[in-house]
Amino acid sequence: MWSPSLQCLSHQSFSLPLSFPQQFFVLEGINPALRSSHHVDVSGANLQLNSFEELAIPLFDQLYNFAHWLTQNRDEAEDLVQETYVKALKGFSSFQLGTNFRAWIYRILRNTFLTSRKGLKVTMTVPLDFDDEEEGPEPAIEHDTPETLLLARSSHESLQGAIDQLPVHFREILLLCEVEEMSYQEIADTLAVPIGTVMSRLSRARQTLRNQLRPQLQQEAGQRIPRGTSHGL
Amino acid sequence: MVCESWKERLDIYLDGELPHEEMRTFDAHVRNCSSCSADALSRVQFKRAIHLAGKRFTPSAEFRNRMQQRIASKPRRAFRLGWMLAAAAAVVLVAGTLTSTYLGNRSGRDQVFSEIADLHVATLASSSPVDVISTDRHTVKPWFQGKIPFAFNLPELQNSEFSLLGGRMTYLEQTPGAHLIYDARKHHISVFVFQERSLPARLTDSSLKPAKLSFNMETWSQGGLRYFVIGDASAADIDSLVRLFKTAS
Repeated sequence: MWSPSLQCLSHQSFSLPLSFPQQFFVLEGINPALRSSHHVDVSGANLQLNSFEELAIPLFDQLYNFAHWLTQNRDEAEDLVQETYVKALKGFSSFQLGTNFRAWIYRILRNTFLTSRKGLKVTMTVPLDFDDEEEGPEPAIEHDTPETLLLARSSHESLQGAIDQLPVHFREILLLCEVEEMSYQEIADTLAVPIGTVMSRLSRARQTLRNQLRPQLQQEAGQRIPRGTSHGL
Repeated sequence: MVCESWKERLDIYLDGELPHEEMRTFDAHVRNCSSCSADALSRVQFKRAIHLAGKRFTPSAEFRNRMQQRIASKPRRAFRLGWMLAAAAAVVLVAGTLTSTYLGNRSGRDQVFSEIADLHVATLASSSPVDVISTDRHTVKPWFQGKIPFAFNLPELQNSEFSLLGGRMTYLEQTPGAHLIYDARKHHISVFVFQERSLPARLTDSSLKPAKLSFNMETWSQGGLRYFVIGDASAADIDSLVRLFKTAS
């Protein structure tokens, strides 16, 4: 049962499933329809009323953040965002009404990154079109342990470092889901992969992130984590 | 274990991606299963931590301006010659008006910045600078309920060099707002929040050092609110606090 202690989340702003949190948390600032409402502004629905500027500028900070995570360099991120906007502006007349503008421009950014020198280097190391289903069995089902709570409370810096260390195909999908709060369909459109691939890749990305955080946590927590509890969150 | 089939889909449930009927079934289960509810809680916390950690990079003001100009200028290239001539004539006619308006705006902006600096100094000089004394944002934020006509988010300061000292109501050009005071290595930094539409002067996002004062100041607009951060701390500290606020908002 949800206990009153869970109200510790009550002052956080975070999006959750449509039905799950509302009964249990009085989550301030949460709009249950956040994901869908967020892309009303940038989808094709109101395109006739919006210019490229009106659609593209609100996404500027998010695109830059995503670009910086991909390139891991400020100058390269600026170049990437600039090139993305130039390409998007040129191709805006061919942008189809009714399709999602945000997914469209993120896809341009990602494709531009993949054809850059750094992107090519990354894809030579880990091919982005690898078949997620062939990466081995799904991670074992995990149970709540004291370790999972520690993982959830990893320091900001540890977490950023661990995300940085993720292979780019895991880093990008995790950011699109958790930071950009894209739906699985939007992620699928952005990455040009089926939804099933989104689900399995996301699951592996989360598991990889937990695995990367575990040694740091063990170091930080000393003996607080029993060795036997190897399963993650 | 009986819950294993549920836990397999817990992340999808928390992502809000299960079909509607399954979502309701899941809700009912999680409500009654202590194991799944505890697991869901820790996963939610992990998601929240990633969400916050992922909002890491912000573009520089210079890059933002450059891009905004570039994007804004493109659609306007398609003017026909006639329109351009008409526009040129109009420019000549209204040049005087625009100049005086610009000067008026600039003077309005300077006045606002000057008032902000005055509010900061006057408050710190007061024997009771804050009306709500608390380092807990969950105490300070609710204190403003019913006192100001808007709501805003306060950043999480854990693992940062800042601590919240408290808050008070303030007024800028007859507009009510929130004044928060933070401490950064013994420097006091004020954060002012007002409704953008209530402020008479049109302000642009910027970092500046008001003339004749040794303060650093940054201002930006977000979600219909105008923020000012001012203090005698270093520009880097001010910038860091600004980033925390931008992330929280």
